[in-house]
Amino acid sequence: MKIAVLSGKGGTGKTFVSVNLACAADKAVYVDCDVEEPNGHLFLKPEITEKQSVAVTVPEADMSKCTGCRKCVDFCKYNALALLRDRLMIFYEVCHSCGGCILFCPEKALSKKQREIGTIETGVSDNVTVLTGCLNTGEVSGVPIIKELMEKLPEKDTVVIDCPPGSSCIVMESIREADYCILVAEPTLFGAHNLGMVYELVKLFNKPFGVVLNKCLPGENPSEKFCRGNKINILAEIPYDENLGRLNSKGLVAVRESGQYHELFRTLLYKVAKEALQ
Amino acid sequence: MKLAAPVESKSLDAPICPSFGRTPYYALYDTETGNHEFLDNSAAASQGGAGIKAAQMLVDHGAEAIITCRCGDNAAQVLNAAKVAMYKAQDGTVTDNIEKLKNGGLSHLSEIHPGLHNHGGVKE
Amino acid sequence: MKQLLILSGKGGTGKTTVASAFITMSKGRAFADCDVDAPNLHLVMSQLSEPAKTDYYGFGKAVIDQEKCTRCGLCEENCSFGAIKDFSIGEFECEGCGVCLEICPVQAITMLDHISGDMMLYKNDERVFSTAQLKMGSGASGKLVTAVKQQLIQEASDSDLAIIDGSPGIGCPVIASINGVDFVLIVAEPTISGMHDMKRIIETSKHFGVPCAVCINKFDVNADTANEIESYCNGLLVSVVGRIPYDETVVKAVNNCQSIASYPESPAGKAIGLIWERILNDLVSVKNREGENL
Repeated sequence: MKIAVLSGKGGTGKTFVSVNLACAADKAVYVDCDVEEPNGHLFLKPEITEKQSVAVTVPEADMSKCTGCRKCVDFCKYNALALLRDRLMIFYEVCHSCGGCILFCPEKALSKKQREIGTIETGVSDNVTVLTGCLNTGEVSGVPIIKELMEKLPEKDTVVIDCPPGSSCIVMESIREADYCILVAEPTLFGAHNLGMVYELVKLFNKPFGVVLNKCLPGENPSEKFCRGNKINILAEIPYDENLGRLNSKGLVAVRESGQYHELFRTLLYKVAKEALQ
Repeated sequence: MKLAAPVESKSLDAPICPSFGRTPYYALYDTETGNHEFLDNSAAASQGGAGIKAAQMLVDHGAEAIITCRCGDNAAQVLNAAKVAMYKAQDGTVTDNIEKLKNGGLSHLSEIHPGLHNHGGVKE
Repeated sequence: MKQLLILSGKGGTGKTTVASAFITMSKGRAFADCDVDAPNLHLVMSQLSEPAKTDYYGFGKAVIDQEKCTRCGLCEENCSFGAIKDFSIGEFECEGCGVCLEICPVQAITMLDHISGDMMLYKNDERVFSTAQLKMGSGASGKLVTAVKQQLIQEASDSDLAIIDGSPGIGCPVIASINGVDFVLIVAEPTISGMHDMKRIIETSKHFGVPCAVCINKFDVNADTANEIESYCNGLLVSVVGRIPYDETVVKAVNNCQSIASYPESPAGKAIGLIWERILNDLVSVKNREGENL
């Protein structure tokens, strides 16, 4: 079963929920798709068993074949190429790897070259296999890393996918393989507003989903109101807990330190499994 | 010498535009003949790599020096490779700056800022 | 116009809480929300009229004319993004590269302009607020962030101070936020990931030569890490301009569509007030990019 955990904005508790859900299972795979700022490994502290480079295809020019026709420069929608008298300049960080320039050069002066944009680290943390995607600073897009991560998901085990925040194309890639989505929301107006965005996203992709309300405080909860108003299933309500804040800030996993949280996440896992199988 | 400067409107009495890659126009001025023309900057509409495209266009039009407030990393690489000199613009109009350049009053642009990686619609 | 930018690295540290408070306290006449993925500032800025909206165009999207299509499959074969399946192009996957247009033997594919977001401008006699919202599936865009800032500068040219609620993260939209500003205030949270992201933002600010300072939000959640942050900043000669305690009044304020500055006696309200005073002093002594004293 593949569970994706997402939220409209950062800081709501996606990583908290994903990490703890994975640790509460008997055996699970935790996948960190927040490739710009992966945080899960800070809590899981996995023993790394494998490090893999993720590369994209970029063009390489053989100037001896170039006639200066400029077809490549004119074609590139991203302005990644500039032709000066004796050389073709290629700006890798603007290149989107569409392959067009290579394909359409009439002299076949351009060929494919691989260029690393990030890495995937595989590791183990007790009962959890940890896959961490990491985008090198300054790179254009983390999507190729997500695609590679999705290829590595096991068929049968419980997989928890920690998604990037927001609802952009990289989030869409992260939920593509999910059987079920958990939307995490905090009890503020901001939280409810941003919950609305990911709610639209999971509906668009026809994914079964439920909400976990996090950092709940006494008093009215706009996110809860949103759920009730839209008849959205609330899977759990996790109260704001100072102790949890402290555990978090020390990089400790709640379910591994506290019986109370272990129980909470076992129950959540069970509920999600039941929902996903329907 | 052919000079180019980003300009907000098609007039030599206009101020120099603070943006290099996304200025609406460039003024092209020939210091020997005094002739000048204005180029529309098609790079301004680009989602990304505007500086690169703008620099390419200026190189294609034979610019030998640029007077600009600032210039990004990528555009600077293109200009450097084409041996186009970059001068730091001062307050005033294009005409003012050209005069200063002729009198040796403009210094070279030394502060090149990292590219802005501006691309629309696609992931950051 | 001096530009003050508020950044945090990871989301949820309190950027918007601090920015909205500053705007209220300064009776700010010019402000912007550069978090174009999930803008929140407008929710706590009261008395906003209907905004003037402008379409924001991202990369185009390719579309196949089914009547002309001969189903040769060349487009699908050559699409690097896997956007074409069964002779139909996925709107979210297409990156507008134009390869399919060029390769189609019967010119059955065209590129359509694609609105990937809305720019919004709230303007009245008293204030100018510039923001934008990206549509779902679009990438957070450096160009849109730049457009939001430019809209502000243009429409509020007579203002002395612009307060900008920046983009979260550390990527291109953040870099676009930083470009051209005079001062960056980093809101850091005392957690391992918070500290990690604060470090990267400090690095980015220094890279751009923009002076920066740090304030620690919800510091009492982990006072040890808060102290670590202070030591780290002192080591880099980055000022720590204040510490804000965890305070439930913040949630109350947000849920009432107000900034915490409406509760100046609350612990967080008081702390942010002091930080604001400090920042005002720091801003006075900073020269802007053109070397003029602000």
